[in-house]
Amino acid sequence: MTDLHPLNRREFLKVGVAAGGGMLVGIYLPQLNSSETVSRTEVFQPNAFLRIGTDDMITVILGKSEMGTGIYTSLPMIVADELDADWQHIRVEAAPVDEVYFHPTFHIQMTGGSSSVTSEWERLRKAGATARAMLIAAAAKNWDVDPKACGTQTGYVVHEPSNRRVSYGALAEAAATTPLPADVPLKDPNNFTIIGRGTHRLDTAAKTNGSALFGIDAKAPGMLTALIARPRVFGAKIIRVNDARSRKITGVKAVVPVQSGIAVVADGFWAAKLGRDALEIEWDEGPNATVSTAAIREQYARLSTPGKVARRDGDPAHALQTAATKITAEYEVPYLAHATMEPLNCLVDLGADRCDIWTGTQFQSLDHAAAVRLTGLHPNQVHVHTTMLGGGFGRRGSPTSEFVVEAVEVAKAVHAPVKVVWTREDDIRGGWYRPMAYDRISAGLDASGNPVAWDHTIVSQGVLEGTIFAPDGNDGSSVEGAVEMPYAIPNVLVSLHATKLGVPVLWWRSVGNSHTAFVVESFIDELAHASGKDPYQFRRALLAKKPRHLAVLELAAEKAHWGAPLPKGQGRGIALHFSFDTYVAEVAEVSVSEPDTIRVHRVVAAVDCGRVVNPDGVVAQTEGGIIFGLSAALKSEITLDRGRVQQSNFHDYQVLRINEAPQIEVYIVPSTEHPMGVGEPPVPPIAPAVANAVFAATGKRVRKSPIRMNQAV
Amino acid sequence: MASDRLLAVLSCQEVILIALSVNAKRVMVDVDPSTPLLWVLRDNLGLTGTKYGCGMAQCGACTVHIDGQAVRSCVAPVSRAAGRQVTTIEGLSPDLSDPLQRAWIEIDVPQCGYCQSGQIMSAAVLLREKPIPSDDDIDQALAGNICRCGTYCRIRRAVHRAAELARGSK
Repeated sequence: MTDLHPLNRREFLKVGVAAGGGMLVGIYLPQLNSSETVSRTEVFQPNAFLRIGTDDMITVILGKSEMGTGIYTSLPMIVADELDADWQHIRVEAAPVDEVYFHPTFHIQMTGGSSSVTSEWERLRKAGATARAMLIAAAAKNWDVDPKACGTQTGYVVHEPSNRRVSYGALAEAAATTPLPADVPLKDPNNFTIIGRGTHRLDTAAKTNGSALFGIDAKAPGMLTALIARPRVFGAKIIRVNDARSRKITGVKAVVPVQSGIAVVADGFWAAKLGRDALEIEWDEGPNATVSTAAIREQYARLSTPGKVARRDGDPAHALQTAATKITAEYEVPYLAHATMEPLNCLVDLGADRCDIWTGTQFQSLDHAAAVRLTGLHPNQVHVHTTMLGGGFGRRGSPTSEFVVEAVEVAKAVHAPVKVVWTREDDIRGGWYRPMAYDRISAGLDASGNPVAWDHTIVSQGVLEGTIFAPDGNDGSSVEGAVEMPYAIPNVLVSLHATKLGVPVLWWRSVGNSHTAFVVESFIDELAHASGKDPYQFRRALLAKKPRHLAVLELAAEKAHWGAPLPKGQGRGIALHFSFDTYVAEVAEVSVSEPDTIRVHRVVAAVDCGRVVNPDGVVAQTEGGIIFGLSAALKSEITLDRGRVQQSNFHDYQVLRINEAPQIEVYIVPSTEHPMGVGEPPVPPIAPAVANAVFAATGKRVRKSPIRMNQAV
Repeated sequence: MASDRLLAVLSCQEVILIALSVNAKRVMVDVDPSTPLLWVLRDNLGLTGTKYGCGMAQCGACTVHIDGQAVRSCVAPVSRAAGRQVTTIEGLSPDLSDPLQRAWIEIDVPQCGYCQSGQIMSAAVLLREKPIPSDDDIDQALAGNICRCGTYCRIRRAVHRAAELARGSK
């Protein structure tokens, strides 16, 4: 965990050659049990990000998590392009915890914020280019020619004057003794051969025959399975437990208290589940026993007077007072669970001097640190093995590492490898939701219908406070996307009432943007209609100085045939949002039938995320983000009554199903700008696009999500 | 069949052995007959391709075939599979050669991939019953299989493509 920056270190190369591949990795990737993954053939490891074997195989080592976004393909593409590797020889390995893999901005090992391609771009290019330079140097030395006269060709170093070539694998041993070059030039992007080319995912095969290993599939010899009885009210404390009936259930091995509840440990999931069901627990429900959605809504509505200023342009109060027309509306969005398909889980194998942890996590180094604290072991004795993640959406990036902490606690108590598994009910009722929010928003139009004032007040819980993402205590999560309101309005106020409640909240795919885009893009639509203008043209006129916003807006409108007639009962809605440095516009076509059936038939999306590494990956993330956003727009809602979450599983926490999924078309704006994220940005525009389409179809405005006609005004 | 099933559950004092065929291999398991098939597959037989998602037949991640029919193994007691043929994703083909797997790979359907075993097992029954399915057929057959990553558009395309591949390979 300490000073290990292989790119800057040369001594490991000598050691590596002397000791062979396994030993080499054992030295400078100390978290990895080398015998598990590193084969004897992998003799050349120029840096922490790749190994080249004498069999020509190239292993790209990623400190990132594959939660479905395709980075276990797009990130290796970056390495492979600079390395001029044969893509057929690329494979991926999850890295151990090590500072060398830490996020350059957030200084932890993590995956999130749609930042992986952005943050890894530079160093993975360097990693590939450096390895290539060393392979060339090794070949040139062998041939006794000038390295400058050598080039590479898809996995080979070539020397054209003498018509010789040698594969990277054949050079691996010699390259390992080559001095590390100081400053290797990167490719001219015009010469990229892999970056920008539609590339099949490396993990698809394993995900079509059941062999992909998720955390819930991890095993250790003698492993037990634990389920934890958790409180129905957040923060409730245990008064008394009667586990007599649990302990009598065949297969139940132990019942142990942990911070998050009572763990029932058994020889498999089913016995643990029966054992948990048989527990009798008396809870002190504490202060959160009275929390209800209705009461929160009432409190939020009362609070929705101007709060702490997040953005102020001009004199919004005066401009509102003097406007020809003033429009005010209230919007509301609910708590939302992430509901990853794979419920949370964590396997811990704890011995006297070693702790192995297998889990699908977005926050490896925080989980590692938590396990070090709990076990008292040295950091080098705690090994986090990142599995595939069965969905993340933010939920697997836990600021408290709670799903790892509780598994370590159980493992300490039972002296056997133990896997804690959450049930779907644990997941839906377990908190860490996208926050509920209440917005009051006003605008003033001049006599020609041009907006002159914009006053947006937000009431919500922030998700960043107390985490490493708000080191100065400044939590902008509730206003992100509202502060960046892009339209040319001279007088703007965005303000926040940050609330504190006993309902734990967390980043949920696109974070604050999931709420603010719904409000901003619905309300700008209201203003267009109030001024008698077409919503697309109204936006265009206000984006004259925002070329990238304008470009996606126009592309989406053109491809969706904006303005073409639709059958009666159908409508088209448009929305635009900028988040994670990516621009997305979406047009939704919906029909509304009595009494309350909203059907989204078609969505057209335009995306500008800078330079694209894997175009098909961008398309897939946009399709997926739209479906994920439609679940929130049309179906999902967490509510509380008497401190209890009222939903429990997919029958009452509903998400979009295939028979409700629209046709989706995705168009990418060509760009040579720095590559930016695409995991989250397609989510925010879809809810307002649908709400705007519902208005176009029916003349009714729904200002509350999920969008239901009985909420229309 | 009824007598086969009776024979398949052998009770010998406290030990109950249940015989079933999983991916064309006969296995005996010593579990309570009411244990859901899902947990016998995963915990007793080590076949982890079949996934837990909800435990109440709401999400389809646990879909397997019993005698060729799609079953949500999270709510099917293992006794229901006694003496019958169970097929899991691991048994669909030995080498990714099933038309569904080929189509899934060609179109890069999975994102996180967790639900895809269930999607493919549901689609396999559809294609057997309707070799040339419409979009509506696909929607109806797979409405019980949730995907949170939102791969539905690609699933539709891939089922059509698998239907083509299946016709071509005949």
